[in-house]
Amino acid sequence: MSPTLRARPPVIVMCAAVIVVLIVGAALLAPWIAPHRESDFFGVVWGPPSAANLLGTDNLGRDMLTRLIYGARNTVGIATLTTAIAFLIGVTSGFVAASVGGWVDTAVSRCVEILLCVPVLISSLMVISVLGNSIPVLIGTIGILESTRVYIIARAVARTVTVREFVSVARLRGEGLAWVICREMLPNALHPLIAEAGLRFSFIFLFIASLSFLGLGIQPPAADWGSMVRENAQAINFGLYAPLYPASAIALLTIGINLLVDRFATSQARPGGHAIEI
Amino acid sequence: MGRLNWRGSMSRLLVQRAGLGLLTLVAISALLFFGTNMLPGDVAAALLGQQATPEALHNIREALGLNQPAWWRYLRWLSGVLHGDFGVSLASGRSVAGALMPRLGNTLVLALLAGVISVPLAVGLGVASAMREGGIFDRLTSILSLMSISVPEFFIGYVLVVVFAANLGWLPSLAMINPGMSLGERLAAITLPVMTLVLVVLAHMLRMTRSSLLSVMSTPYIEMAFLKGLNRSTVVLRHALPNAAAPIIAVIALNLGYLVVGVVVVEVVFVYPGAGQLMVDSVAKRDLPLVQACGLVFAATYVGLNTIADMVAILVNPRLKIPR
Repeated sequence: MSPTLRARPPVIVMCAAVIVVLIVGAALLAPWIAPHRESDFFGVVWGPPSAANLLGTDNLGRDMLTRLIYGARNTVGIATLTTAIAFLIGVTSGFVAASVGGWVDTAVSRCVEILLCVPVLISSLMVISVLGNSIPVLIGTIGILESTRVYIIARAVARTVTVREFVSVARLRGEGLAWVICREMLPNALHPLIAEAGLRFSFIFLFIASLSFLGLGIQPPAADWGSMVRENAQAINFGLYAPLYPASAIALLTIGINLLVDRFATSQARPGGHAIEI
Repeated sequence: MGRLNWRGSMSRLLVQRAGLGLLTLVAISALLFFGTNMLPGDVAAALLGQQATPEALHNIREALGLNQPAWWRYLRWLSGVLHGDFGVSLASGRSVAGALMPRLGNTLVLALLAGVISVPLAVGLGVASAMREGGIFDRLTSILSLMSISVPEFFIGYVLVVVFAANLGWLPSLAMINPGMSLGERLAAITLPVMTLVLVVLAHMLRMTRSSLLSVMSTPYIEMAFLKGLNRSTVVLRHALPNAAAPIIAVIALNLGYLVVGVVVVEVVFVYPGAGQLMVDSVAKRDLPLVQACGLVFAATYVGLNTIADMVAILVNPRLKIPR
């Protein structure tokens, strides 16, 4: 462990960690900590903050804080699952392509490059227009599209590892491809991949929130931060701040994760794992 | 190779890059077309809903030409697109080009204004914070830009609406444009969307300008320039900036490409009648020809910007003039 990690992190990084832990905790413990039930109505639309409704009520008169806490579940849960899928596909194909090389590498890389040429939003809108926007379709589509971004990083990292002596030694010992990748290469590529996982999660999280905001992501009545912004958007014309609560929740979580990743990346001496965005 | 070959090899690189861009465009058009056609959903079924009779399905497939082989339909679609004919909208029955073109104009105005404002601002601020690395200005821009990279476009949009429309009352909160508006009214209407887009792309360009400048600053020839006794601003502007130009241009293009995506969300926030909102509406209606046309236009803009960026980077960077 490097000395910089052991030193006390700056205040802003501590704040970021607290925010992330709070939101993940809220997502996990939603039924126990939420002040009301998800679909309790209080009669007043966009009611002001009060003792019963700490953040006021939403466009149908439901408690904003409760909806936010339950929304954390859907939004964070789906983003986590999607990131896991993107990583499973991206890292596997990246490592296999880098260690097998030859025409496999060329073929996969060319396909990925074509997919990378289209922004994720545009390609997923195309898929949604055909398949509809059920949650499995969303997770599958975004997972596969984002895995191309993971592939680029994973392949670049794997290429630097695959030429090291201990990998050649393992190959000469006659170990299989899967063994070499899991036991020799992955442990040595973990740091850049973890940093990438944090960044990729915040991209996917923001992306799903944007889709929901456009009305094409997670559908009501499920509480979800992106669609909560959409549902409450009209309030702003009356000078009310209702859409800002879910929007700030989204912003806080991504800022928190990005600050942590920034800290993690700078505390690692090893370069690599730069983000390919969009 | 001698000096004579410089021009020849550089223009060959440029032509190669442009050709690659064209090839990518064709590949993308095929991907968009076959991708949307091979997916298991059926346009005819989506159009008619659950209760469609088999005869009705057959008739509508016949009318839309869905019974012909996919490659034939692709070639017909592509030749139509090249002639400016994007087909007919499923929802309205009107021509796609007629619906798309006026909105595309609106979107271009928005993106162009945002680009013209954000690029010089980002490069200027990036150079300024690289010049005073570690200073209070540098640290402030670093934190602020990390934050604005992390927040969604609609958050920035709504915060601006709360401040400038709801509280100060200076600007309208919706950017509805209609033909009867004067130029001043139009500009007032699109000020907030443009500001949002500028803030969305500014931070990333600023950070990359700063970091590519600073990575050049750690090379020996810069140390040499300092040892000659030059002051910091001369070193940054005259010695470091030309060599940092290629990555900066690449990031600028990437972000202008990002405007293409960001514009979709921003148009929905401000109810601006642009191509992005049209695409979102037609995805919700599952109006495939319209979605394909919008997707192709957005993707083509994105690829075009990236191709231009690579070509400018080749022109600007002296090292890229000689192929390795």
